Amino acid sequence: MDLAIFVQTCLNAFYASSYLALVAVGLVLIFGVMRVVNFAHGELYMAGAYALFWVFHQNQLPFFLGVAVAVLAVGAVGLVMERTLFRPMRDNPLGGLICSIGALLILQAGAVALFGVRKKSIPGPYNESVSLFGVESLTISGQRLVVIAFAFLLLAALWLFLRKSRFGWALRAVAQDAEAAALQGISITRIRALAMALGAALAGAAGALTATIVPTGPFMGHPVIIGAFVVIIVGGVGSLEGAVVASVIYAFVNTFVTTFWDGVVADIVGLLLMLGVLVARPHGLFGRAERA
Amino acid sequence: MTTFAMWALLALLPLLAAWLVQDAGAGGPRRRLLTAVLAAAMTAVLVAAPQLVTFSQQELLVFLMINVLMVASYRLLALTGEFSLAHVVIMGLGAYASALLAKKAGLPVPLAMAGGALLCALAAFVLSFPLFRMKGFYFLIGSFAAGEAIRLSWKWEQLRGLFGGPKGVKSIPAFPDIDLGFAFLDFFDPVTYYYMVVLVVAVCLAVLWRIERSPLGLAFHAVHWQDRLAAAVGVDTWRIRMLAFVVASFFAGLAGALLAHYLTTVNPNRFDVDEMVYVLIWVIVGGTATVWGPIAGLVALTAINEVALREAGAEALRPLFYGVVLIVAMLFLPGGLETLPKRLAGLAWRRQRSA
Repeated sequence: MDLAIFVQTCLNAFYASSYLALVAVGLVLIFGVMRVVNFAHGELYMAGAYALFWVFHQNQLPFFLGVAVAVLAVGAVGLVMERTLFRPMRDNPLGGLICSIGALLILQAGAVALFGVRKKSIPGPYNESVSLFGVESLTISGQRLVVIAFAFLLLAALWLFLRKSRFGWALRAVAQDAEAAALQGISITRIRALAMALGAALAGAAGALTATIVPTGPFMGHPVIIGAFVVIIVGGVGSLEGAVVASVIYAFVNTFVTTFWDGVVADIVGLLLMLGVLVARPHGLFGRAERA
Repeated sequence: MTTFAMWALLALLPLLAAWLVQDAGAGGPRRRLLTAVLAAAMTAVLVAAPQLVTFSQQELLVFLMINVLMVASYRLLALTGEFSLAHVVIMGLGAYASALLAKKAGLPVPLAMAGGALLCALAAFVLSFPLFRMKGFYFLIGSFAAGEAIRLSWKWEQLRGLFGGPKGVKSIPAFPDIDLGFAFLDFFDPVTYYYMVVLVVAVCLAVLWRIERSPLGLAFHAVHWQDRLAAAVGVDTWRIRMLAFVVASFFAGLAGALLAHYLTTVNPNRFDVDEMVYVLIWVIVGGTATVWGPIAGLVALTAINEVALREAGAEALRPLFYGVVLIVAMLFLPGGLETLPKRLAGLAWRRQRSA
């Protein structure tokens, strides 16, 4: 194998893991606090991409304003989902999941109604390629570097928020034991809304950042949510750090198999990886057995 | 107008059946009379239905009846408390297996159909070993992974010689004509095929009903509601879940085989997760307490979608419609459509009392 191709594939995998980590970490955050698996998470990612399309491409406003709008708008969508779906379904874990399937269909239909079925390719503002380490054949587009940098920034900010701020402490307390947290005077209702808004906003950011790289369409969330599911199972359903590590593992496996073999095989390998982890540890790698 | 009335009747009868099975008093001659009347009405509507509608709606009735088998078999697995996301892929497995057995191995079509269904039962048995180590959400996602991996193998270019890649298998042998002497049955005609499917599905529903009423059926409920207690009194919960999965998969495979030899072409996208979501919505919106619940959900939603939305030219709104219906049912009608007659009756009764 040519060394340059190898390094180039590593770069692509690194880019793929960065936005996948944003999506998966949001999914884990929501699951940790609410015990709900949000099947509509891929559609929140899609909504972020369309928000960027609307602000940056249709209204010719700055790219980063588009990202900011996507973060806020998708965070708001998350709040609405929490209030209308997950709060009434609080005592029914599979109920929240099933409601999120309904939300998935509604968001997809909304995207089709507003923007049509056809995929849009949005020319990005940082499209020129950058040579890395002074090597001619080793290039990465500026746009992808922006995604990687932003993913780093956002994940670091999230980590600081969860470790250093009072809200972050409260959020982790609720994730650990909701009843005990409530006894300490933490408002579970507010923390659940916060987790949902944060998780959704991260998915929106991922969508907006990648909207100029992958074609933006109503069904673009589909492969992303499958990847995110593999990641949260492999990384352990409750673990944020596990999700980041698993994103890197999954993206590398997927990118390498796709590059050197076949895209369909790469998808099958990812699914079998998830199945293998589920068989070896039926509750996920870092998950604990739950009471029935 | 007749079309509209027919669809309304088709949707209403399963609801009434669900009501009768669950709530309408215990035993007695009145109940027996109601059951007989309902059975007669259902038979009449099912026999008359294809004669009242256009060609495209005749085809729709064939698909509807095949889907009845899908939702009824899905409910059997749901009885044990597990929601699978592989059921439609199992249906596809039955379709592919039956198609290839008839086309490449040259088996007669009815035999190939049975072979496809049996292969699905076998596949479910094998899948039980990894999948029933999981429960709840983990089973849901595990069944999705297994199913999607199987489905993607049909799409894989390197197996194109066998499965035909993304375009699938074409020119599958159709169901052979039968000359009964007094009548010539041409199964290329959707009406003839429809009657055959109705017969097959009726037999399957009777078998499913017998299974549910047997001690095994009680064990399904026990595994759902009290699996530790069931295990403690000596019920092998893995075996019970496995049996439910195998039986449900057999009928899903048969549904797939019925579809394959009607369409004479199958492709991987017909069995993707979107289709699975629709099956899930039919079952959940209908309710799972009786076998009539999922059927009521399926027929009511199909009727609204195919008659109302199509007439209004708003077919693109199908996902929106299904999403809203699912959420509304989850929030405001937790038992599903099958609890609707009882609720309405209760409402009327309360109004009478307060007046």
